Amino acid sequence: MLKITDLHATVGEDDPKTILKGLSLEIPAGEVHAIMGPNGAGKSTLAHVLGGKPGYDVTSGSVEFMGEDLFDLDPHERAATGLFLGFQYPVEIPGVSNVQFLREALNSQRKFREEEPLSGGEFLKLAKEKAGLLKMDMEMLKRQVNVGFSGGEKKRAEMVQMGILDPIFAVLDETDSGLDIDALRIVGEGINSIMRDAGKSVLLITHYQRLLDVVKPDKVSILAGGRIVQTGGPELALRLEDEGYDAVMAEMAA
Amino acid sequence: MSEVTTLPTRRDESWRYSDIAAVQKLGTAGIAEWQDIVLADGEETVLTFIVGSDEPEVTRLRLKVGDRATAAIFATSAGSDYTRFEIEVTLGRGSHFEFGGVTIGGGDAVREFVTQTVHAEPDATSNQTIRAVHWGTASGNFLGEIKVARDAQKTDAAQDFKGLLLEAGAGANAVPQLEIFADDVKCAHGATVGQLDEAARYYMAARGLPEAVAQRLLVQAFLGDAFVELDDEEGRAKLLEAALSALESAEL
Repeated sequence: MLKITDLHATVGEDDPKTILKGLSLEIPAGEVHAIMGPNGAGKSTLAHVLGGKPGYDVTSGSVEFMGEDLFDLDPHERAATGLFLGFQYPVEIPGVSNVQFLREALNSQRKFREEEPLSGGEFLKLAKEKAGLLKMDMEMLKRQVNVGFSGGEKKRAEMVQMGILDPIFAVLDETDSGLDIDALRIVGEGINSIMRDAGKSVLLITHYQRLLDVVKPDKVSILAGGRIVQTGGPELALRLEDEGYDAVMAEMAA
Repeated sequence: MSEVTTLPTRRDESWRYSDIAAVQKLGTAGIAEWQDIVLADGEETVLTFIVGSDEPEVTRLRLKVGDRATAAIFATSAGSDYTRFEIEVTLGRGSHFEFGGVTIGGGDAVREFVTQTVHAEPDATSNQTIRAVHWGTASGNFLGEIKVARDAQKTDAAQDFKGLLLEAGAGANAVPQLEIFADDVKCAHGATVGQLDEAARYYMAARGLPEAVAQRLLVQAFLGDAFVELDDEEGRAKLLEAALSALESAEL
């Protein structure tokens, strides 16, 4: 579904810094793949390179998504092709309501895929159902996008967006940061119910085992120094939690 | 502001950002005409205007607002040539003046709102919200003068201008001018000029919104402030639509 090959990428327009240095990773359909790694390893950079954020430049390597060259697609086309990027810091959009934003987004995606747009009524029904999954009420969806939301509400709203847009592949960048214990469980279960499907995959960037207790990953990779340095099963995350990155990576080098 | 007998020049404070060539084309006859509107005590009126075309255009309103009366004016200026919308308002005791204005457009046109708000009596309030969205080498101006007479105590006057420039080369000018002779008054004014929020654009793209759609949503949200005080939903929709259709025809 997603195949990253020897990806090199820089960040910054004036004084570009190389952050990704030969990253390779393949995620088949039906897999939840967790990426862990020390601060500054390039985890968020990977997410933004996949999303197509301005200022993030690919210098070599390739990414194939759903059989297409990802970099041939504009950011909004990537979304319409089924890529969803859950933001570590969701952006506030004053003056635009969640309902308006998401209906325009969904119908833009459907138009790109040559599908019929949803009517206002159809959309509201869908939005209500997906908000319910994340225990959010419609009143919140009528509010402006992320404006005045707490950190936890923003992350839950991200998952409501994911539910409504129904992507094939989700890159979730520290979706668990800033969540209290109850919210973490709600978000984790939201990810399971929206994305646990034989035809869907998740790239889950996280620092903590807590989220992985709920969203049980099939694979866990360590990203360090801009590359994937080790891939294992869910037990790898448990070892990292116990022993830390330095110990696990030192053993690997030995 | 007196009746025009000679053509204004840039040396005239309220014409300093105007398109003087267009003003000359209009001639004194084209800019001299004032529409007088008188509100009796306690009267309320709401007026909406869509101004501007492919010819220079000057609209001038002179309002006399009676005691406890309310005058609300909302305008979209979205023509493709020089457009000036001018209001001179004199406020009675305890009255209110509301103005919401949008200038929007590209090309090289100058679109401007010029207001003179005279708080002649005590306890009157005024609130002005102007939004300017421009591209090309166009500019949007707001010249807002507030005069508070010596015995106009408890005056509460506010002006808020925000400019949004979609391309380098576009401009916005905000000139608040306060002349206050009373000592117990509130006069607030604010002005900012910026570009579209890059982070919001990326976020919207990541959710599948093509650039033009994202831009329209962001501009719509930005302009909305100018018309929030207009209760008439249909009137508000018309003003917004006039503004957004100018954006639609832009090649950005």
